[in-house]
Amino acid sequence: MAKNDVKVLGAWPSPYVMRPRIALNIKSVNYEFLEETFGSKSELLLQSNPVHKKIPVLIHGDKPICESMIIVEYIDEVWTSGPSILPSDPYDRAIQRFWAAYVDEKWFAAMKGLRSAQGEERKAFLDQVTEGLALLEEAFGKCSKGKAFFGGDRIGLLDIAFGSFLGWLKVTEKVNGVKLLDEAKTPGLVKWAERFCADAAVKSVMPETEKLLEFSKVLAAKMKGAPPPKN
Amino acid sequence: MAEEVLVFGAWGSPFSRRVEMALKLKGIEYKYIEEDITNKSPSLLKYNPVHKKIPVLVHNGKPVAESLVILEYIDETWKDSPILSKDPYERANARFWAKFIDEKCLSAIFKACWGEEKEHEKALEEASELLQFLENELKEKRYFGGETVGLLDIAANIIGYWLGVFEEASGVELMTREKFPKLCNWANEFVSVSAIKENLPPREKLIAYFRNRFGVGTASK
Repeated sequence: MAKNDVKVLGAWPSPYVMRPRIALNIKSVNYEFLEETFGSKSELLLQSNPVHKKIPVLIHGDKPICESMIIVEYIDEVWTSGPSILPSDPYDRAIQRFWAAYVDEKWFAAMKGLRSAQGEERKAFLDQVTEGLALLEEAFGKCSKGKAFFGGDRIGLLDIAFGSFLGWLKVTEKVNGVKLLDEAKTPGLVKWAERFCADAAVKSVMPETEKLLEFSKVLAAKMKGAPPPKN
Repeated sequence: MAEEVLVFGAWGSPFSRRVEMALKLKGIEYKYIEEDITNKSPSLLKYNPVHKKIPVLVHNGKPVAESLVILEYIDETWKDSPILSKDPYERANARFWAKFIDEKCLSAIFKACWGEEKEHEKALEEASELLQFLENELKEKRYFGGETVGLLDIAANIIGYWLGVFEEASGVELMTREKFPKLCNWANEFVSVSAIKENLPPREKLIAYFRNRFGVGTASK
């Protein structure tokens, strides 16, 4: 399919944007990456995602698809000649979807809380984050069944969902002076993280930690200097 | 081996009713276990240790949690009467709106019905904007799923039934026929489908429950 038939609207620091890019890489699908300018939203974005006005958006032909994990499943269902991103067994699929939802709704929510929290609150979020990682370590053991990834021999849905946050996890470790992934407590995840980041489908789209760290400072400054929200 | 399907739910919860609706639509026999969410059973805690919530579907001993995840599992396991299209774009679309309902609509509806007095106008406006998206999505279709009830219709059970209950319990008018004719028509069609009708909690009981729990609400004058 011609390269300009598939476009991804996004921005390099966003873990959510990484997800469809990894999926397209797994399927060896060429796409055009349209980078949004930080701080403003393009006409194309507002038109293709009028409901949420957020990245990522996949534009396939003239059809927009929104919400990162929904996009990943779409990619898996359209490009069936490439390696599968979801397992074939319904129960295994349900487990992957369950944990992907957990990562987004509970775990990353705690990570975001940690970023802006102070004092007592910080400790509470940190505890939530570490507890979550313990759960994910256990899930990794069960899902991988001794293999390299949550998806088995190859990267799958849950690897993409969770792995896309590894850049920000490293930033959080540096900024807070903590070790979140730890050889003692989460040995499986430590090795998994290395393999994930080194994977061919991931390497080219995972931002360098230093670059993300710089960006996080810009983001923090902008949020401090931003006018108070209207509501 | 005989198939065993268990559903842990709560009579008033739209989330556990979704699971029952899907099973009924596909003609799947199951055993229902009512949970008292103020006093959760050891079984529930065993089957959903992460969230400790209903619904949980247990199929031949294996638990699945999170209502939308369960709906997809049901559709993939029992292939009769599919609730998702085969077309990837339509599937993505149904999933998008189901997520929209769960992440945006429910809390907005609650705020409009039982939120703070001073925020009422704004909450009403926000909830209406969200409903307008769904009104537009329906277009001329009988159901969100087209000719038959699909995953999105089931996910929209909150809009199709519970919303009316919230309105009556709180005295707030949100989904009027005037503003949302398509959604109102759809809601009537939806609750008339036998697999759905059989799984709706009794209206008066539900109204009383919400009035009791949340008070009379931010009623307009």
